[in-house]
Amino acid sequence: MKVEYTQFHPRWYRPRVPVFWWLRRRSYLLFVLRELSSVFVAWFVVFLLLLVNAVAQGPEDYRRFLDWSATPGMLLLNVVALCFILLHAVTWLFTLSPHAMVVRLRGRRLPPAVIGAGNLVAWMLASALAAFLILG
Amino acid sequence: MTLSHDVLIVGGGGAGLRAAIAVVEDDPRLTVAIVSKVYPMRSHTVSAEGGAAAVIRPDDSLDEHAYDTISGGDWLCAQDAVEVFVKEAPEELLRLEHWGCPWSREPDGRVAVRPFGGMKRMRTWFAADKTGFHLLHTLFQTSLRYERIARYDEWYVTKLLVDDGRVAGVVAVELMSGRIEAITAKAVILCTGGCGQIYPFTTNAAIKTGDGMGLAYRAGAPLKDMEFVQYHPTGLPFTGILITEAARAEGGWLINKDGYRYLQDYDLGTPSPTPVLRSMELGPRDRLSQAFVKEVEKGRTVDTPYGPIVHLDLRHLRETVIDARLPFVRELCRSYENIDPVRELIPVRPVVHYMMGGVHTDIYGATPLEGLFAAGEVACVSINGANRLGSNSLPELLVFGARAGVAAASFASGAQDLAIRPAVRAQVEDERRRLERDLLQRDGGKEPISAIREEMRATMEEGAGIYRSGSSLAKAADRLRVLQERFRSVRLEDRSRTFNTELLAALELSFMLDVAETIVHCALLREESRGAHQRVDFPARDDHRFLANSLVYRDADGSRRVEYPPVTITRWPPGERVYGR
Amino acid sequence: MVDRIILRVTRYRPESDTEPMTQEHEIPLRKDWSVLDGLNHIKDHLDGTLSYRWSCRMGVCGSCGMTVNGEPKLTCATFLGDYAPGPVRVEPLSNFPVVRDLVVDIGDFMRKLPRVKPWLIRSEQEPPAVGEYPQLPAEREEYEQFSMCINCMLCYAACPVYALDQEFLGPAAIALAQRYNLDSRDQGASERMDVLSEADGIWACTFVGECSAVCPKDVDPAGAIQRYKFTAAMDSLKALLLPRGAR
Repeated sequence: MKVEYTQFHPRWYRPRVPVFWWLRRRSYLLFVLRELSSVFVAWFVVFLLLLVNAVAQGPEDYRRFLDWSATPGMLLLNVVALCFILLHAVTWLFTLSPHAMVVRLRGRRLPPAVIGAGNLVAWMLASALAAFLILG
Repeated sequence: MTLSHDVLIVGGGGAGLRAAIAVVEDDPRLTVAIVSKVYPMRSHTVSAEGGAAAVIRPDDSLDEHAYDTISGGDWLCAQDAVEVFVKEAPEELLRLEHWGCPWSREPDGRVAVRPFGGMKRMRTWFAADKTGFHLLHTLFQTSLRYERIARYDEWYVTKLLVDDGRVAGVVAVELMSGRIEAITAKAVILCTGGCGQIYPFTTNAAIKTGDGMGLAYRAGAPLKDMEFVQYHPTGLPFTGILITEAARAEGGWLINKDGYRYLQDYDLGTPSPTPVLRSMELGPRDRLSQAFVKEVEKGRTVDTPYGPIVHLDLRHLRETVIDARLPFVRELCRSYENIDPVRELIPVRPVVHYMMGGVHTDIYGATPLEGLFAAGEVACVSINGANRLGSNSLPELLVFGARAGVAAASFASGAQDLAIRPAVRAQVEDERRRLERDLLQRDGGKEPISAIREEMRATMEEGAGIYRSGSSLAKAADRLRVLQERFRSVRLEDRSRTFNTELLAALELSFMLDVAETIVHCALLREESRGAHQRVDFPARDDHRFLANSLVYRDADGSRRVEYPPVTITRWPPGERVYGR
Repeated sequence: MVDRIILRVTRYRPESDTEPMTQEHEIPLRKDWSVLDGLNHIKDHLDGTLSYRWSCRMGVCGSCGMTVNGEPKLTCATFLGDYAPGPVRVEPLSNFPVVRDLVVDIGDFMRKLPRVKPWLIRSEQEPPAVGEYPQLPAEREEYEQFSMCINCMLCYAACPVYALDQEFLGPAAIALAQRYNLDSRDQGASERMDVLSEADGIWACTFVGECSAVCPKDVDPAGAIQRYKFTAAMDSLKALLLPRGAR
């Protein structure tokens, strides 16, 4: 074998990213699912807009909207969407924001777990308020 | 293709980066480049732990720092260099602070200082116990703001080009592609660090193979005081990983197998629960390492598979102190020894740490070879004499890195453009031939690199260790001669141009063998005991014959010649080294 | 009788190979040997042509990052005993072009690093004679964690965003920018904002968190990025809502 060196670079090997790379690691899978969840967040926005539109059109349209929502396909879609939204909310509230926010108490930085707990409390309060408004 | 710069710096560690910044700040017209065999942030400066000494407190003075340094160096220091050093060290450390170095702080926001071995005052600045790491990354990141600093990362310099008694550049191999190029320059600054890899147990990284010393020596520049090799008293056995002197400065104790603080038996003072400056565990490194050997002889050390050890006891320091001031010590002990110094004793032994000797320079970093400069551990100015004090090496590489940068810049701006003359071109072709034909395409070599290297290391430890004798050194010299001979038929199997680390290892080994020979040769000729050079057959210091630096030259025929110019004495006449009393 | 363990090492010789292959070596299994010690044993005694980077072997120079049994690791701080009885797979770091054997090209990071201006920026550069810029221990603590990065590239090897989009600035570079942004002596946050808020900057990060999980120095680059997103979002909000003078 005659060895010649290239001008500046050797022949590098650039491995290709395999199609199912995101199944290799739990954190990668979670990451892909979280990325996917944004589609469902968007869907909930569209769904809400359709609802508002139906309400604005009058009782007839509203009833039709409710019937449409109760079809098995729609139910399934919304259950799946709810799961993704929960994933989105939970990771956002308890893993991302505790690391992103720096909260100080008497000059000392609160550990992320405390901020996560604070987020949980705030979430419960907001849910309680919503429940009170709707059910009360 | 011709690669050319006004100033070329070999080595991208602390000294090299500081020199490069000095060049661009000094003269905006000059072009400057750093050639380094590793990415700059991988350089061995990164491993320094304890701190950097410079007078900053009102109760301290430059004269006291100078006296500690000179007495610590057993009066072999160039006193004019020491005076320059202590004067400029505070300014350099403050400059580093202004560049963002995260020095540890006092509660009021001032820079904090800690005690250190052989220092009469608290003057060691520190960034926890990762001072070298922070210093190197601060310098490297600061250097990135200067687009004019060109870099040849992962290029290995194999030869200095010399034209008519003047340095004309280097020949270097780009590791990634294997191409061999001449890089010409009006001035070259060597900043390649030390050569601890010549010994079997060392705190030094794998890259510390004495390349710069070998380059200068082969080009005809003299090496100075090579017989002075510092053993750090507290390295981890097997790995040789450094446990910083700061561990003792914060109050750690050295104890033998009986739990006895044995240093009190070696004229280093009396034990006290809290650290006393220039006493006991805060004595100088040479004396502490020598005390260890005496303890081994008395049978009071602990035997392990990696040889005898003593223990460093930090248990009486609180966990909060260890975590705040010595976090890296705890991290290293946990990772590499599986022990927690908060609750357990750390096994330690003396390990080769630093070369007091190096390429001979004046106080501007200039070597006797025109156009060649040196700074940092590769150089010997000498501020360290026969024994360096802990925390003097980091300020040294800043002070003399900057000085060499300025001196090289002014030399280069006054120098004529070097036309590449046929003589230089011939040198380049010779070197190319040596690398390509003699090494890369060599057939039939039978001596493995690792075998020669291991035997060299064993030879140095046995013959030129903490204690030496005329006979041990003579035997070492013979063995090294045989190893040089064996190296001629070294075996190289890797024919690839791409990242050929076997070729690199062979070139490094060749430099190490040359440097090892100078160490043994100079140690054999110095018939006295001074600082880190302890001759059992000449146990006393001999100022009459040896108040002189040794300068070893390589003559054209390959033979060695040693000269003894007297030590520069300004204000501190030789006296007794007194510690702990 | 010495225990032995098998190392499966990736070899790639650019002059002759079109893709990497695996080479097996049986080496002694010693209690205190790291994976790097194992590689050194191979290079010194079994096959001198194996190429890899290493230097300080104390976890601070950042040279010896490789993939060990699928995880990015500093091989000097990863011990063979923890993988007994083996075999142990040693591969080059993921997400970088392989130059040869276990050596990868990190030039991409080296080119990105200066873009985030990782140096102290002051509106005026004072001479050292003015003395140190005061900094309280608490202010130092604010950025200390992010100053611990050794540029070992394990975070880039673990980051799926970087795997998919090589334009992404990446965890270490952003953490280093944040190290200076959070330094009380620095006045350059606004200069760094432009680069960091580009599409390939912080917003490309989707908080996978693997960078922080693999970091050998607990730098938490993921945390640095999320914190910076928060800061950037607040700044944009302020710019939108507040009059110029009140920002």
